[in-house]
Amino acid sequence: MKKSQQLAVDTRPWRDTANNKPFVRIKNVTKKFGDVLAVHDVSLDIYRSELFCLLGGSGSGKSTLLRMLAGFEQPTSGTIEIDGQDMTEVPPYNRPVNMMFQSYALFPHMSVEQNIAYGLKRDNLPKGEINDRVAELLSLVKLQDYGRRKPHQLSGGQRQRVALARALAKRPKLLLLDEPLGALDKKLREETQFELVKIQESLGVTFIVVTHDQEEAMTLATRIGVMNLGEIAMVGEPTDIYEFPNSRFVAGFIGSANMVEGIVTEDEPGHVRIRSSELGCDIYVGHGVDCAPEQILWWAIRPEKMSLSREKPQTPHDANVTSGIVEEIAYLGDISLYQVALESGKRIRVSQTNSVRGNPDAITWDEKVFVTWSDSSGSVLTV
Amino acid sequence: MTATHTPTIPPPRRLKPWNAVERGLAKVGISGRMLVLAAPVLWLLVFFLIPLAVVFGISLATKQFGRPPYSPLLTTEEGTVQLTLHLNNYIRLFTDNLYIAAYLSSIRIAFISTVITLFVGYPMAYAIARAPDKWRNILLMLVILPFFTSFLLRVYALTGFMRGNGVINQFLGLFGIEPLVMMQTDFAVYVGIVYTYLPFMILPLYTTLVKLDVSLFEASADLGARPLRTFLSVTLPLSLPGIIAGSMLVFIPAIGEYVIPSLLGGPETLMIGRVLWDEFFTAANWPRAAAVAVAMLLAVVVPIMLLQRAQSAVVER
Repeated sequence: MKKSQQLAVDTRPWRDTANNKPFVRIKNVTKKFGDVLAVHDVSLDIYRSELFCLLGGSGSGKSTLLRMLAGFEQPTSGTIEIDGQDMTEVPPYNRPVNMMFQSYALFPHMSVEQNIAYGLKRDNLPKGEINDRVAELLSLVKLQDYGRRKPHQLSGGQRQRVALARALAKRPKLLLLDEPLGALDKKLREETQFELVKIQESLGVTFIVVTHDQEEAMTLATRIGVMNLGEIAMVGEPTDIYEFPNSRFVAGFIGSANMVEGIVTEDEPGHVRIRSSELGCDIYVGHGVDCAPEQILWWAIRPEKMSLSREKPQTPHDANVTSGIVEEIAYLGDISLYQVALESGKRIRVSQTNSVRGNPDAITWDEKVFVTWSDSSGSVLTV
Repeated sequence: MTATHTPTIPPPRRLKPWNAVERGLAKVGISGRMLVLAAPVLWLLVFFLIPLAVVFGISLATKQFGRPPYSPLLTTEEGTVQLTLHLNNYIRLFTDNLYIAAYLSSIRIAFISTVITLFVGYPMAYAIARAPDKWRNILLMLVILPFFTSFLLRVYALTGFMRGNGVINQFLGLFGIEPLVMMQTDFAVYVGIVYTYLPFMILPLYTTLVKLDVSLFEASADLGARPLRTFLSVTLPLSLPGIIAGSMLVFIPAIGEYVIPSLLGGPETLMIGRVLWDEFFTAANWPRAAAVAVAMLLAVVVPIMLLQRAQSAVVER
């Protein structure tokens, strides 16, 4: 179908920066609160119809960046462009941007309808048009029968949807969402996640979501910007962030990773060999890495990218296999997580899929096991 | 399982004499909660309700010479007990223009003062509520600071500002402006009431404003409302409980205000507090004074009840 083809191209404009103009352009933005550097020299391009997640711990500057996009904070230096217009100095009430607040910030003295209509009234739209738009939004968020209620008469999930409807009412070019699912319980959060993506896709609005929940970011985002100490640590699609982290911080922050230090012993265009005393073996990486011989660097691997065996497996290049004793097993149903103590004292985590039901022959506590991985499973990190 | 391992909840430690007292009281059906409630109830009964009943009783008597200077309500004559109620004090209140004018004038002065206090106090309360944390308590302290001096002294000090050769007129004189007549006018009374009662307006307003979530203002701005619109549509309606509470705290005592109109007001400043004083001390007409007091109480209680109903409606919303 023609439409889906278009989507497939359109949804990844960041892969072709030459032919696509960014919709939101953050250029060298720095924000200081007194002496505290909240955001430091951040530059970021976000494209139309993206669902971009700013992911970071508390104090990483993600919320400050979002508030600068909304206009509640002025950058100390740098510029913010939205849809080709410089918005740096524009007050919030003149920006084509709406925000969904973490606390929802619903007006407690107004009904659901009045809350949703608030922004429309500010545009002095005729009454009939406002009523139509409010009804349309109420059905979008499935709250048709709740229009006359006050916010305090709603459940957390319903409030969240009113906040979304209110933020969407003015058809903003850009919607900012501050921890949109933070106040919901786990089950509701999972349901709402998909609903949010569905609404975003059907309306084609650009979403920028701030979250500290990496799972949320992975599910929602077209791209993720990982923030750390006021700087963008990495920008990429969820798979890039998870599979190809660019730094030790990103590898450790997203998911769990085993990280070891090593020294480069062979540096060839086609492969790299790293000796790691922590790991107790050589690491053979099947691709070239930008490094120098004798350089100290780090190598990270996800628990599910390794496998366990009782017998020493045959590996090429005399590398990528080490041994240890099983210390802990966490049985999670679908997978089991093994903590293996290596001879160096380093503990690594390996996860194994429980593909055999009630396996009586499963590897158990205090067994000596061999841990192995393929030559493209880990990430070599120089920073 | 051994008995030593079973967890035991230690019995609550109590003071033994109190324990005995409590058990004794419980036998006659008195619980600790009732004792706690008894203190304010007794206080109000002895110092408010009984004196009020006495005042009401006096208001139904008539003036006579002697001690007490009013006729007794109950008289015993030849074995019959006679209850004499004089309603003429109340009738006079409605027929004598002086009283009606004094009531209306009191309500007018109290109302105008309340409105001025609200307009002066609101921005101050707002500024304090939005001030940085470290400043807030200092600013609140400054609001309460005048209470550390005697009320009477502060009102006298105002005369020093407003009299013919007072501070204000001396300052105006520097620019060659003729001295203004401020003392012994309604203007001086308004200044006095607003100055004295301002903290009562600021404090309840501050408590409502400081609780308002800043993100509500941001949400309003985000949805396209300019600052004034945000104030009218969000800040003002949400601070209504504070406005009502503050206005009540200013309006009610201002109606019965006596000291300020006598010290700052002129002869034409008619307020019910002064009328009451004159009836009581000058005319020595206790029953009339009592009737004025009771009528004033009713005139104040009715607006309070209306305002309270309005306030609970707002809170419910």
